[in-house]
Amino acid sequence: MSMINDFVVRFANVNGTGSASANYLFAKSIFRMGIPMSPKNIFPSNIQGLPTWYEVRVSERGYLGRREGVDVCVSVNPQSMKQDVACVKPGGYFLYDNTKPLAAELIREDINYLGIPLMATCNREYTDPRQRQLFKNVMYVGALSALLQIEFGVLEELLAEQFAGKEKLIAPNVKALKLGIDYVHEHFTYPLPMRVERRDLVGNSILTTGNSASGLGAVYGGATVVAWYPITPSTSVAEAFHEYADELRIDADGRTNFAIVQAEDELAAIGMVIGASWNGSRSFTATSGPGVSLMNEFLGLAYFAEVPVVLVDVQRTGPSTGMPTRTQQSDLTIAAYASHGDTKHVMLFPSTPTECFDMTADSFDLAERLQTPIMIMSDLDLGMNDHMCTPFQWDEHSEYDRGKVYSAEDLDTIKRYGRYQDVDHDGIPYRTIPGVHATKGSYVVRGSSRDEFAVYTEDSAAYMRNMDRLSKKWETAKTLVHAPQRYQEKDASTSGALFFGTTTDSAQEALDILKASGIVIDALRLRAFPFNNTVAEFVRSHDRVFVIEQNRDGQMRSLLTTELNVDPAKLLSVLNYDGMPITAETITSQILHHLNQTS
Amino acid sequence: MSFLRPKFRHPHLPTNELGYTTTEYEGSLSTLCAGCGHDSISAAIVQACFEMNIEPHKVAKLSGIGCSSKTPAYFLGNSHGFNTVHGRMPSVATGANLANRDLIYLGVSGDGDTASIGMGQFVHAVRRNLNMVYIVMNNGCYGLTKGQDSATADRGSKSKAGSVNPFESIDLCGLALELGASFVGQSFSGDKEQLIPLIKAAMSHKGFAFVNVISPCVTFNNNVGSTKSYDYVRQHMEATATVDFVPMMTEITASYEQGSDATISMHDGTLLHLHKLADGWDPSDKLSAIHALQHARNEAKVLTGLIYYSADGHELHDVLNSSERPLNSLRQEELCPGVAKLEEINKGLR
Ligand SMILES: Cc1ncc(C[n+]2csc(CCOP(=O)(O)OP(=O)(O)O)c2C)c(N)n1
Ligand code: SF4
Ligand SMILES: [Mg+2]
Repeated sequence: MSMINDFVVRFANVNGTGSASANYLFAKSIFRMGIPMSPKNIFPSNIQGLPTWYEVRVSERGYLGRREGVDVCVSVNPQSMKQDVACVKPGGYFLYDNTKPLAAELIREDINYLGIPLMATCNREYTDPRQRQLFKNVMYVGALSALLQIEFGVLEELLAEQFAGKEKLIAPNVKALKLGIDYVHEHFTYPLPMRVERRDLVGNSILTTGNSASGLGAVYGGATVVAWYPITPSTSVAEAFHEYADELRIDADGRTNFAIVQAEDELAAIGMVIGASWNGSRSFTATSGPGVSLMNEFLGLAYFAEVPVVLVDVQRTGPSTGMPTRTQQSDLTIAAYASHGDTKHVMLFPSTPTECFDMTADSFDLAERLQTPIMIMSDLDLGMNDHMCTPFQWDEHSEYDRGKVYSAEDLDTIKRYGRYQDVDHDGIPYRTIPGVHATKGSYVVRGSSRDEFAVYTEDSAAYMRNMDRLSKKWETAKTLVHAPQRYQEKDASTSGALFFGTTTDSAQEALDILKASGIVIDALRLRAFPFNNTVAEFVRSHDRVFVIEQNRDGQMRSLLTTELNVDPAKLLSVLNYDGMPITAETITSQILHHLNQTS
Repeated sequence: MSFLRPKFRHPHLPTNELGYTTTEYEGSLSTLCAGCGHDSISAAIVQACFEMNIEPHKVAKLSGIGCSSKTPAYFLGNSHGFNTVHGRMPSVATGANLANRDLIYLGVSGDGDTASIGMGQFVHAVRRNLNMVYIVMNNGCYGLTKGQDSATADRGSKSKAGSVNPFESIDLCGLALELGASFVGQSFSGDKEQLIPLIKAAMSHKGFAFVNVISPCVTFNNNVGSTKSYDYVRQHMEATATVDFVPMMTEITASYEQGSDATISMHDGTLLHLHKLADGWDPSDKLSAIHALQHARNEAKVLTGLIYYSADGHELHDVLNSSERPLNSLRQEELCPGVAKLEEINKGLR
């Protein structure tokens, strides 16, 4: 099998040594050569000193999920060398710094070793200790470019872009690249069997992270009040919003058209969002599982008192602190039913940064239309890694849907305003914004039971009317949230697969692999909770449905079982919960296992 | 249950400059125990807003959970209100204030709501100098859950059941001072002569205005031996000064003894006269305020009146440099950067 434009490179670095920008330079150069690729950061919960990896999958066929097995490992971290040697596939390459000789125990017969004196060369060529460290990284990128045939012009162009305004820095970087290239030219046979060739396969795609896209989506969606509390992997959502807004949302007099508060904790962050939304601003928070746990009481209030909330949950590996820098889709249950009493919340499942942008922007419309919390269920893999995706788009003619809000003029025509009256029979009442009218439209929002006119009551009938209206609103939500994506015009199999979010890339790849061996499986990508009728239909029209997700307990399967009137025995879990992004190999083998069991 | 107050208007009730009677500032009928201090504070709020000619709908009232936090339903019926969750009113007030800087934010809370479950949010609202009035209706106990000691119950204070509180109490005024509150006052629900002008001054203040009001719980903490009972507070009150609130543009007619008076002009142009100032106390000097509080505590007195006032006027919006217009009034054209900008952003990501 050809390894041109089809391989995985893994970089093993020490956290905090400036390897990130060199590794990114490598990944981006492949993207610039028109070849699909997907980089993934595998990092510890640590600021300096622990091992960190960066894995780049290059795929001519456009498969962007993680792939098992490493073809070329670049090792500059003595701490993790043993496991780095072990990860290389037979026949693969291990590129290391041979300034110090390799320990005998690290020698494998079935792989190739490429020793380059990175440290010795950089110590000789640079005097500043920080530069010696940094240029070691750039030097191995140079070496790789020679080994994998990355165009030098592309690297130069990227460096020029990176150091625009700091041109002085370009020459020493180019020099470091050349040190690597020259060493390869003098010492090794090149290129390697795994290498790149220029293609035109990325079109007008962009390369960005889900968190950055969510932050931008919130700017476009009109968010003005942002409250958040730092937590990996969600922090960069608020940071991205702040950065974009600092550029895009400044008044003529230099004041900001937004307010961002780093709250004292997640309870306060969600409280601020609720206060701002109640008062007529579009507002959001971003957090991860531990934050969602803390926000439970307030989410119940927002559900029951009917206050719009937008929450970006960038999921990580739980429970508790779990593996805070690893990915998972394991907040589904807590998010869906957050808080005590009968509560249900709308969730959206983006699978690409483009969708993070769209869904975050859309969620403000949805939250105001439905007057309820909307949770965007991203995860660490989507949020923090760069992904190749279609460019962001905005419809020039789209208008924010501010939902049902009575103006002063509306109130003048109404005899008695009832905050919780179901005027339109869709379960969604009309709200008023504080200060709207001198004598009409005021009411007290509360988490305790009230009648249609927002008057406190402990009357059972009034309580039940309200709860039933909220159920009706839930039905309306089904018609407004993002519909699932079908992958086939017509069902072609008795088996189906359901997946969502970052499981998508690997799931599609797995279904292709199975198809190539004659096993056809229909597919449906979930994009929102509550599930609409298409989902129920899909389950009903197949004998077995694989539910592919990244958690231990099959949380999406539980939601499907609870919410749809379908036979649970049909729903077969395909799971990955090791904290690493799910792979096509895992999915394929689990599906085959299920099929063998049932046939 | 809450009862709607009959909308009967007495023909001879006085009106204010807006043509409103106090009726326009009332809420629904209180369901608190007869004699509860909290009801007197609601009445003082009604009177203060009436006398200040405040348009009720320009006030947003917020609270947490507790008997005290129920009161927003009982005053300013034409104002929007938010009865949030236990101890979390400050965050909701913060978000609301950021969304619209043009309303007056009036938060009421209890000593349980503020000094225990809500301590975290309270201290952060203070240190952000959020532009709001924060009234604690302080009865030294959890009224709504039937009288347990709260964190403001004084050490040695006796409960109705006879047990003596063994823990040190939290002095909310001292804490607010420490954290940079720019207006700190303390009063007693039974002293409307003092409470009403103090609330007015707090509402005229720009920045965080904190008013701790001792407000006896007649049902659970009004017994002999309690330091939050009506009798005890009456006997131990000691005022920093007598407070007189002078509305904007009103001619100042009263004259006070030289040397013991002070006049403070508030951000909205109103004046606050203080007379018979306590020895050694200067309302604009934080050190003397801290000293006065500590001194009163040592003497087992309840210090009331204005305790500290700073004319700085710097509040959260100034720190954030946020738009002078309410953020909730900005339209899509001002918020959405548009298609061309997005294309530029896309370009930068290729
Ligand atoms: C999360 C949560 N815990 C406990 C309660 C029960 N609770 C209701 S009111 C209250 C205490 C209120 O005390 P305080 O704020 O002093 O108000 P008061 O009734 O004395 O005016 C408690 C503990 C609650 N509502 N929510
Ligand atoms: S229990 Fe106490 S605080 Fe509550 S209403 Fe009765 S007197 Fe007031
Ligand atoms: Mg209390």
